[in-house]
Amino acid sequence: MRLVILDEYDLASEWAAKYIRNRIIQFKPSAERYFTLGLPTGSTPYGCYQKLIEYYRNGDISFKYVKTFNMDEYVGLPRAHPESYHSYMWNNFFKHIDIDPANAHILDGNAEDLEAECQAYEQKIAEAGGIELFVGGIGPDGHIAFNEPGSSLVSRTRVKTLAKDTIVANARFFGNNLSKVPTMALTVGVGTVMDAKEVMILITGAHKAFALYKAIEEGVNHMWTVSAFQQHPRTIFVCDEDATLELRVKTVKYFKGLMHVHNKLVDPVLSIKDQ
Amino acid sequence: MPSNRSVSDAPITQFINCRILRDHRLQREDLWVRDGRILDPEKLFFDEQGYADKRVDCEGSIIAPGFIDVQINGGYGIDFSQPSEDVGSGLSFVAKKILEHGVTSFCPTLVTSPPHVYHKVLPQVKVHNGGPHGAGVLGFHLEGPFISVEKKGAHPEKFLRTFRSGGIKDLIEAYGSLDNVAMVTLAPELASSQSVVRELSQRGITVSLGHSVANLSQAEDAVQHGASFITHLFNAMLPFHHRDPGIVGLLTSDRVPAGRTVYYGMIADGIHTNPAALRIAHRAHPAGLVLVTDAITAMGLPPGRHTLGQQEVEIQGLHAYVAGTTTLCGSIATMDMCVRHFKQASGCSVEEALEAASLHPAQLLGICNKKGNLDFGSDADLVLLDDELNIEATYISGEQVWGKGA
Repeated sequence: MRLVILDEYDLASEWAAKYIRNRIIQFKPSAERYFTLGLPTGSTPYGCYQKLIEYYRNGDISFKYVKTFNMDEYVGLPRAHPESYHSYMWNNFFKHIDIDPANAHILDGNAEDLEAECQAYEQKIAEAGGIELFVGGIGPDGHIAFNEPGSSLVSRTRVKTLAKDTIVANARFFGNNLSKVPTMALTVGVGTVMDAKEVMILITGAHKAFALYKAIEEGVNHMWTVSAFQQHPRTIFVCDEDATLELRVKTVKYFKGLMHVHNKLVDPVLSIKDQ
Repeated sequence: MPSNRSVSDAPITQFINCRILRDHRLQREDLWVRDGRILDPEKLFFDEQGYADKRVDCEGSIIAPGFIDVQINGGYGIDFSQPSEDVGSGLSFVAKKILEHGVTSFCPTLVTSPPHVYHKVLPQVKVHNGGPHGAGVLGFHLEGPFISVEKKGAHPEKFLRTFRSGGIKDLIEAYGSLDNVAMVTLAPELASSQSVVRELSQRGITVSLGHSVANLSQAEDAVQHGASFITHLFNAMLPFHHRDPGIVGLLTSDRVPAGRTVYYGMIADGIHTNPAALRIAHRAHPAGLVLVTDAITAMGLPPGRHTLGQQEVEIQGLHAYVAGTTTLCGSIATMDMCVRHFKQASGCSVEEALEAASLHPAQLLGICNKKGNLDFGSDADLVLLDDELNIEATYISGEQVWGKGA
């Protein structure tokens, strides 16, 4: 596991964005060889998307040969609803970049047969050759995608009922009206993300500090589903100082001492202009 | 590849690098157009997996809905009120010329004329969409002849009429037909006017109050019967008086039925309305302000004598007078000038200035479902402007119909 600690949110976002940028460019994607990228939604990755858009605008990166798979989507929420993850991805990322719409995949929470939709999604990921880099965020209760506490750590894409905590936390996006918050979602499973060649998890803010502690300093436990990635051969946690508040001093010191090594992953930052 | 053939074969244009006027504010958004209408790119992306065939780099320009002029009497030597065998060609000439002022649709306006003029002119022009040939025609604005003698302004007194046969019959007698009429300006104090207001409103024709000595209560009655516009506020009506504010009082009346808005035309040329009066109106009732040019034959022409309806007019600088007098008889301002002047004189925002020439007239005419805004599904009638609100290009149905330097 790698734990990358930056001073604050903006720097963590930029580090993550540079990492994604370098990984895509190093992969040399082409019409015959697409880079497959798993993507999250929410407030944590927002800054990272902003940076990627900036790189695209500057001509440093292209998403022409990138296929994306989003982690999750609410069930029964109209796609055009401002809180749907379709809307999020459109407004915060897709409309700003050159991705081919046919290559941007998001689970359809309004599909007639939700089970079939989930199975088809797994199928599409497999057909794309699996996920090269899965980027994720977590909830304060340590859920990755909508794999709420207690989810199987080998789960696949499926319908999931949301935990009360998640529903309450989401109420602020639905006019503080609990009855308007969707109670179900489609989500990739922990196993689906585990299958990715590499996983990068963004964790920022003091309110996520306990979850980071549970993720890396305690054992693998389905009550903190993000802890499953302790068993993934290539996982990077990217966090800010605030998120480390619950970690042991020696853990933080150890990984901060490794920053000069980790920084080689993003420095030099590559550009397609140089190719 | 881009456009989804199963939905439409029409090419998709994406205007990039622009600020678009949507939901009452300028937003950093791209504008997408297909089939002459504004497209929802999110739907295109997810439903059709389509993208743009063509991108237009706007280089930071503002994109606003095309301007709508509901009161224009002519221009470039053409007078819509002059009967001829070929009214259409004169009208087309003006329609093409005003593209450069950002006007994408308009109501050609006829001043008080004898019946034979209406009978000759009206049947020659039909409501039609704009295009490379010129701005679209939304229907005639008939200003007069059912107006007040005292406030006739430049209208020839001998052709003024009253509703002596009780109303709609008089209208038909004067105009011949009400087909292709979008708006009628009348004086609400004329006897029988209320049934006329009701009848016209029921037919979907906008009733405007103007050239009138009506008091406030008469004006309010007319509004309750369906009138929704005031023709060139302050001009050709009783001046504001605190014990009877007259038609001007409609701006703050509490007798306007709930859910309805009274709109008012403003000739923001800096001559017809003192900037302080413009500010009073704007601050009292910003949502109702509709910029109109009230432009006459001489708009676009050099100084000198010209014909307006049955009269001679004289142009001196930016002023147009009834020849030999100091009575103003319409303006020679262009719509883009009015927008700039309105913004500068009122201190309003760019958004407000642009909406007064687009959204408000569309609301007034009840055509908001397709014009006056940049909502998805609306007609792609657009103006591109720089930050000083100079017109850079005009588009109708997504097609460029005028461009600076073109």
